[in-house]
Amino acid sequence: MCIREIKESVIEFFIKISGFIIILFVFLIFLFLLNDAVLLFKDFPLKEFIFGKRWLPISNPPHFGIVPLLLGSLYVTFFATIICVPVGIASALFIAEIAPKFLRNILKSFIEILASIPSVVLGFVGIVWLGPFLKDTLKLNTGMCGLTGSFLLALMALPTIISISEDAIISVPKSFKEAAFGLGATRWQTLWRVVLPSASSGIIAAIMLGIGRVIGETMVVMMVTGNAPLVPKSILQPLRTLTATIAGEMGEAISGSEHYFALFAVGLVLFIITFIINFLSVILLSRSKK
Amino acid sequence: MNLARIRERIAFTILGLSTLFVILPIFAIVFYIVKNAIGAISWNFILDIPRHGMREGGIYPAIVGTICLVLGTILFSLPLGIMSAIYLVEYANDNFFTKLVKVSIVNLSGIPSIVYGLFGMALFVIFLKLGTSILSGCLTLSIMSLPLIITATKEALEAVPFSFREISLSLGATKWQTIRYCVLPYALPGILTGTVLSLSRAAGETAPILFTVAAFYLPRLPRSIFDQVMALPYHLYVISTQIPNMPLRLSFATAFVLIVLVFLMNLVNVILRIQFRKKKQW
Amino acid sequence: MSEVIIKTVNLNVHFGKQHILKNINLEIYKNEILGIIGPANSGKTTFLRALNRLNYLFKDYYQEGEIFFAQKNIKDINDNLLRKKIGIIFALPQVLPITIYENVAYGPKIHGIKDKDTLDSIVEKALRKAYLWEEVKDRLHTLATKLSGGQQQRLCIARTLAVEPEVILYDEPCSGLDPISTQKIEEAMRELKNNYTQILVTNNTKQAARATERCAFMLMGELVEIDRTAIIFTSPKDKRTDEYVRGVFG
Repeated sequence: MCIREIKESVIEFFIKISGFIIILFVFLIFLFLLNDAVLLFKDFPLKEFIFGKRWLPISNPPHFGIVPLLLGSLYVTFFATIICVPVGIASALFIAEIAPKFLRNILKSFIEILASIPSVVLGFVGIVWLGPFLKDTLKLNTGMCGLTGSFLLALMALPTIISISEDAIISVPKSFKEAAFGLGATRWQTLWRVVLPSASSGIIAAIMLGIGRVIGETMVVMMVTGNAPLVPKSILQPLRTLTATIAGEMGEAISGSEHYFALFAVGLVLFIITFIINFLSVILLSRSKK
Repeated sequence: MNLARIRERIAFTILGLSTLFVILPIFAIVFYIVKNAIGAISWNFILDIPRHGMREGGIYPAIVGTICLVLGTILFSLPLGIMSAIYLVEYANDNFFTKLVKVSIVNLSGIPSIVYGLFGMALFVIFLKLGTSILSGCLTLSIMSLPLIITATKEALEAVPFSFREISLSLGATKWQTIRYCVLPYALPGILTGTVLSLSRAAGETAPILFTVAAFYLPRLPRSIFDQVMALPYHLYVISTQIPNMPLRLSFATAFVLIVLVFLMNLVNVILRIQFRKKKQW
Repeated sequence: MSEVIIKTVNLNVHFGKQHILKNINLEIYKNEILGIIGPANSGKTTFLRALNRLNYLFKDYYQEGEIFFAQKNIKDINDNLLRKKIGIIFALPQVLPITIYENVAYGPKIHGIKDKDTLDSIVEKALRKAYLWEEVKDRLHTLATKLSGGQQQRLCIARTLAVEPEVILYDEPCSGLDPISTQKIEEAMRELKNNYTQILVTNNTKQAARATERCAFMLMGELVEIDRTAIIFTSPKDKRTDEYVRGVFG
């Protein structure tokens, strides 16, 4: 009897600790990023990091202006969003409301397959096929540019957007739809005027989570966007994102150097951006569930 | 009314076409890789080490490396993931701490994989002096896979009827006995599918292992958890961007093997789910 | 009547802001069958579940007053031990989706019995007492969910008996069952009378009249009246009891 109680409290202790460990991880990630990131600003002004237009880590003196990288990320994210949001929401509507049940299950498993294709494989396809294809069709100087990246990123964000939007669409109460039908609306009018607005906060959350996914994606952009750390003038030019900068340069940066710390500062920026996006989308999602 | 019907037709056609736009690329990509890889796939390719600056030979060490990483990841993330899910479903009160745990899980799921890579390097490789090693890589990957495992386990636990807990407790079982004998067995299939899913993601990840474990070229098998290893996704990255004059068929073959590995894990998942549905008795 | 086994003193129960039980003072004697009757939502089930502290599974539960079991305040008894001594049969037959044998053996195993022969004999004894042994002895290792509703409910009784309780609480045990199954359960209850204290909550006044020795009438969370069953059904003191047993309301 006594042994049973001791065993019980030991297990309970470990289970409670495990919850604590999850919090600890987030805290540690933030702490370790911050810890190394602030060391950059001992010698390098914060203002120049945030507003500097040049990222030249190995020139003398080095420049760690994050603007070109931030813009690079924003460019590809923006275009990827433009591509995937309409397609994603349309597919979610089709899957949730129009497709018959068997087709729905098939489509959903295809979306799962898409979600499981490793990003590096998509990057590879970008290099050997999509890049050259876009170069030839659009008569570009190089296929390794923002647009190629945007297309692939859009593909990667689609599963997130579709599955979460679909959930939101499905959870619109049946009575809403029946009321619209009762007034003589067609199925499309019902979808467009009733279902879509009611599901809107869930759909917006889906879009935001998709955007979070795109901003954080590394391998695809590193492989296909040409990696030029310049302020991009057009999506058809090579550019470089925050993520690709860390992935591409960390191998060469000497541990403890300014460059090394600068990459942690970039990581911290990424952490903060995705934190905000996720936090907002969760608030939206919890609201849409009510 | 007629106009409305025509509009509906047009709108539904557009929605259907959009869905087609999502599905087609999946087929195209898979077909494209399979078509170009099929000639280069052989037992030799799978079981040989890479030779001549990776331009010949096989990818055996990379396959073994990825399997090591996946197995190591499960070892850390599964116990911790299950325990935190148990905490949230069975023990947590509606207080600030619980909210913090939930927010943390959401946050973990949103952190970019490359940031995990940075963190893993800073904490495991440098601070804890584990070096670039299987251990560091697995630890990094397991933190990354936690949110998926926790969410899946949570759903699986919540799906077990409340009455099962009531029965067990009313017979005088302790809370843990109840969870151990009357909840976990029925949640197990759901937990398994979530785990396999998160592992298939971990197997395809590159960014978190870049600075924590992945070796550019290491044509032998790992001897201990402190060794570096080659990994399939990183190997594909290397041969498709860093090696000049790389024979494309080998890159295709590598991509093919990686996809097959990930799809196989997904297949296991689907089978588990079907089995589960068949056996479900309540 | 013999010694008091359960006693409640000024028992008040709240769920959130709702006041479910009001000042319940009740004594339950050893080895009697006590019925608790009353219309829906009068707090019968809540009272029952307060006795083995199962109400504490709900988050906004709040309880005042004392409950004594065998002269001990149940607050001072370990929950697991208390629930072992005071078993409960739920309204709907709730069996676990495992074999018949495993369902009955679950309790003893939890309480540390590992020996196969001991478990075998406990299972057989419990099933016999619940009048189920003859019907299932050849298929002990088939799924319990395949049994009929009445059989499942008797399996629940056997499962409770297997942990050797002193008190058995029945929470409308026959509400979903046909007359024949109901009869079998009442038979089992009569058979158990010599060794167990049994408390039967029921909506069915006829069942209470048939199966119990004393009967308590509850209304809106209050204990209106408690007396010998014969008296409750023939010459109750309270007008409300009279109206209820005559079927004027409820």
